[in-house]
Parts: sequence; structure tokens; C-alpha cells
Amino acid sequence: MPKTLFEKVWDAHAVRRLADGQTQLLVGTHLIHEVTSPQAFGMMRDLGLGVAMPHRTFATVDHIVPTDQASEPYADPLADAMIKELRRNCSEFGITFFDRSTGKQGIVHIVGPEQGITQPGTTIACGDSHTSTHGAFGAIAFGIGTTQIRDIFATQTMALGKLRVRRIEVNGRLRPGVYAKDVILHIICSLGVNGGTGYAYEYAGEVFDRFSMEERMTVCNMSIEGGARAGYVNPDETTFSYLKGRPYSPKGAEWDAAVARWRAEASDPGCAYDDVVRIDAADIAPTVTWGINPGQGIPITGMVPDPAKAKGSDERASIEEALAYMKLKPGAPIKGTKIDVAFLGSCTNGRLSDFQEVARFIKGRRVAPGVKAIAVPGSQGVGLLCAELGIDKIFRDAGFEWRSAGCSMCLAMNPDKLVGDQICASSSNRNFKGRQGSPTGRTILMSPIMVAAAAVTGSVADAREVFGMRAN
Amino acid sequence: MALEKITRVAGRAVHVPGNDIDTDRIIPARYLKCITFDGLGEFLFHDVRKNADGSDKPHPLNEARHKGATILLSGANFGCGSSREHAPQALQKHGIRAVIAEGFAEIFFGNSITLGMPCVSASRDDILRIAAAVKADPDTEVAIDLATQQVSFAGQTVSASLRDSARDALLNGRWDPIGELLEGAADARKAASRLRYMAV
Ligand code: SF4
Repeated sequence: MPKTLFEKVWDAHAVRRLADGQTQLLVGTHLIHEVTSPQAFGMMRDLGLGVAMPHRTFATVDHIVPTDQASEPYADPLADAMIKELRRNCSEFGITFFDRSTGKQGIVHIVGPEQGITQPGTTIACGDSHTSTHGAFGAIAFGIGTTQIRDIFATQTMALGKLRVRRIEVNGRLRPGVYAKDVILHIICSLGVNGGTGYAYEYAGEVFDRFSMEERMTVCNMSIEGGARAGYVNPDETTFSYLKGRPYSPKGAEWDAAVARWRAEASDPGCAYDDVVRIDAADIAPTVTWGINPGQGIPITGMVPDPAKAKGSDERASIEEALAYMKLKPGAPIKGTKIDVAFLGSCTNGRLSDFQEVARFIKGRRVAPGVKAIAVPGSQGVGLLCAELGIDKIFRDAGFEWRSAGCSMCLAMNPDKLVGDQICASSSNRNFKGRQGSPTGRTILMSPIMVAAAAVTGSVADAREVFGMRAN
Repeated sequence: MALEKITRVAGRAVHVPGNDIDTDRIIPARYLKCITFDGLGEFLFHDVRKNADGSDKPHPLNEARHKGATILLSGANFGCGSSREHAPQALQKHGIRAVIAEGFAEIFFGNSITLGMPCVSASRDDILRIAAAVKADPDTEVAIDLATQQVSFAGQTVSASLRDSARDALLNGRWDPIGELLEGAADARKAASRLRYMAV
């Protein structure tokens, strides 16, 4: 019987059936960070348990690190306590920690792939919902809660019900100025923020075949924003060439054997899916959000929805709530909305190619007066590559602050925060109320290029016009 | 590990209306700066409950008549967003024992069950009926019976469902899977030994 990648990986990692019908699933790779792990370590101590397979857990620090201060102690005593706690826990339980001093620190979903820890055909769990990012490599990767982190520490397994698989095919060619971020925002807007509940998404089609690993990661990253627990792309030559030579990638003869195994993990031709969705790449526009969840998005040429034209009272109520918070006018073009902050970074769009692409266009341009623009590499590794290529300088010359690695303004756990009701053009993944640190702060999600266009014009803008990208 | 068999949750209820209530709303990220979950209850729904100066905003959880409520009523896709267990932990630490909503986000649901906090789904109309009864008399007892999958309140009964695996886990005192997982530890090691990438 032809099988999907999901089924193959699931079957290889299913240990046994539990009494309640769930599966005891082996978690091959466990990633942890400072926010969701300390309580799990605490539970381990309370139960007097040891970590079953410490060599399969890798730690880094990302959420709380200040991106403009390298030395400790951190100004925020709570943040300082958290990094010290992680250091203590890792050394006590024998876990590899990519601390800041290693030069390998960064956002957990950037570090895993960068180090070659993220591999095809594996199961990966992390106490972080954007763990779906790692699915770009043909891994089954999902976010978990703290109690499950404890379960994995104790047994390298967790209890999970099997997911269904929806194949999302994007065929044709993306128009100029349309990026991976637009693809996933478009998918979420089409299928809804809970359209993926109970599913793993298999992304496929010509657009994904052509995508680089970094673009695939951007899409898989936001699977969770569409309600899907996991999202993946079948491994192919692009995957293998990305992984070749990375620190944790197999070496020598092991490498050839691994590639053969990985190739066999891909979904078989003719396998059955629980659902299939097809999207024409030409229908995808540069997309921006206008509301308070990632499914509330429109093409940059579109108008802010009018609650009066909503289909049904539910939709009306949610539009009204979003517009009241965002302080946007119904029926007005989203283009031209003034912004205060431009944020480039996060596990969605904080990789080398994101900065490289933006640098091509902002070279010689200036951030608009009154706009605070920050660029934050997702890892120390990304920061280093950008420095080698002179990309950091291009950003600085354009008036961006160039920071050190971390989650930064994606969420409000470090000093980078919105103030009052500031509007931020952001390359991150969540526009929830208060997400960027001020209870009244406003977030407009978009691709890195669109963030750059907003930064240089001071308002939400069409990057194709601002940067003269040819529309065909 | 012997766990309590959760067959019934009964108590006063509070209605926090809205769809897609995300975990950032339930517990804003800045309150995740902690190394234990103790004390999270205080910050439940913080930004919609408190003004910047610390004074109360109008919110059902701030109303004296709903103090001590143990059942939360809400809308569709409750708990979407982040995987943070801090969200169900904050609810639980605040005193919430069960949530009745139209539907739940996957990770939130799983996290809650593992804490022994049932999340049951009911139709919008039925939730509004419960909410109306609670509004009329905040002392109305709302009782969720997990075996029959019914909610009774003010002389009425409506149905409320829960995925079989979760229901089974709660009813049989298996909602925290650690004991069962530890029993399977030897099998897990065997499975791991068949996977090249997991070798030491
Ligand atoms: S960058 Fe944002 S979404 Fe990604 S791990 Fe950090 S806080 Fe979470």
C-alpha cells in the first residue's frame, strides 16, 4: 500500500497503543528553550526521574534574550533567572546547550536546521507551537506543552492521537513580489485559522518543488496559525544539499546511507490523503493582515473589510472586534496605513535569505523619519553570515538597528516591545492582541520585503511599486 | 501513579464570550517569565481585565457575582495560538476546573486534559442557554457529567461532547500519561534502537 510520509514516520516511531487509544510515540529529537522547560525539569525533580536519552535533547535560549545586550546579568532579573536556570538544568541532566557563548545560539527553529539536527523521517517535538517549522525537512514536528516535555525527558516518548493528512498543492508560478510568507498567509486566509484542526499539512506542488529550504521553513512555520499541528514538505535534492556538511549531519558513508533512507521517506505516488486542496500560485498576492489573527488578511491592493458587508453575525462580530482594536476604517485601503515600527526577524523570516533579499532592495534607501526599524537575525549563525556578506552594513546604512540573535519583537518577553498603540509592520507570525508587548499595540503581518517597503515609506506599501519590481 | 477519576465537574460558571480566544489573551507573554507555574492565576486574561494602572476593566472575571466560578464558558476555537501550557495552568491556578466551549485548539485541548481539566464542546445555542441561566442567577449550579456527556443547569440538560480518548483518560484516572509511558520505556528503547539517527 502506498503511504504518505506522515504514515511512514508515524509507523516507525509508534511504540505501542495506550489504553485511551492514543499512541505512545517515540520522539527522536527534542528541542527545548528557556520558557517552557524549567517547569518540566521541576516536575522531573519532584518525581525523582532522570532524563532517559539526554543525547536526543538540544537546548537554546531565544525568547528572553535581550538583542542589544550581550553580557550578563540581564537588566531584567526574571530573564536573567531563566537563562541561569536553563544552564543549570542542562548541565545537571547532561543536555547539549547552545548557549550564547557557543556562537550557535538562536531561535530554536532556526538553530535545529542550521546545525543539521533537523532531519527527514524523524519526529521532533519542542515546547513551542512553531515547531512545525522543522517539517520543511520531511520531519513530523509539532509543538507540545510542558507536561509533555516532562514525558519526553522521562521516556523519550509522548502520548499522541494520529493526525489526518491534508495535501496542499500550490502549482504554477508565483508573481514577482510574492514570497513564501504570502503563500502561507494566503493558505491561512483561505482555509481559516482553525481549518487545519486534526491535520498535518503536506505542502507540495511546483512552487514547493522550486522553493529553497528557507522558503519551505517559512511556510511550515505558520502551519499552526492555520490550526494544523504539523506541516511538512517531502524531502528531495534541495533538502539533502541543504543538510550536507552541517555539524550534526551524517558524514562519509553514513551520509549516503542516510540520503537513501531519507529518499524513501517521501510520500509514495498514489498514496491516499484525507483531503486535498489545490491553489493556483498566480492567485496569490502580497498579503497583509488587517485584524487580530493571522487569518484576517487581504492582498495589499485590498480594502479593510466592512462589518456591514459580513456574511452572518459571527463574521460581523469578529470584524468589528478586530477593527476596534486595530483602529482601522472599514472599507478603506490597507495600503497607506501609517506605521511606527518595522520588525524584520523571527522564526518565520529571520534567516539569511530573508535579509539577503531585503538587502538587495534597501541598498541606498533610508528608513522613513519617525519609523523605528529593527532587523534581528534569527541565530548567531545567521548574524555571522550577514556580517561576512556585508548585509548588516546595508541595513545599518539604511537606518535599521541591527541586533543580535533572538525572538526579539515577535513576542513580549524581552526588552523589544511596542509602546502604546503603535503599529508594527512585522515579518513575524502572530498579530494577536498585545502580542508585541503593549496591550494596545497593533501588528500587521507581511513578508520581509513588504516590511522593508513599509519601513522606507512609513506606511503599509506595495513593495512591487516601492522597489519597482516588475509585475507581469 | 493513582490519579483521581474525573467523572463530574460541578460548580458556578462564568461566561467569557468570544471566538478564537488565543493563549496570548489567556496569559500574555510577559507573564511567562517564570520558572514555576505557581502564581499564574493572578494574570489570567490580564490585558483584558486590567488597565495599565492596575485598576479593573469591565470583564466577567472581575465581577464579584462570578467570584469563585469553576467552569468557564466561551466560544469557538478556544485556546488557539501558542503551545504554552501556561494558559491552561493559569486557568487552573485561577480556580477553573473545566471549560465548555464550541471548540478548542488542538494543543490547548491536549494540555488541559493532561492537567485533568476537561474541555467539553457544546453548541453555541446551548452555551448561550447556560450563560443566560448563569447571568440570571450567578449561583446556578452547572454540572458536567463526563460519562453521559451532558451538562445540567437550572433544571435543563444539554449535551456536551468530549473526544473518546480524552473522556476515557479522565473517567479512568489516566489523564496524566506519565505512568503508562514509563511502563512502555523498554519498548521505547527497542524502537529507538531500530532508528539510526537516535544512536548514541
Ligand atoms: S520568533 Fe516568535 S514565534 Fe518564533 S519561537 Fe520566538 S517567539 Fe515564538
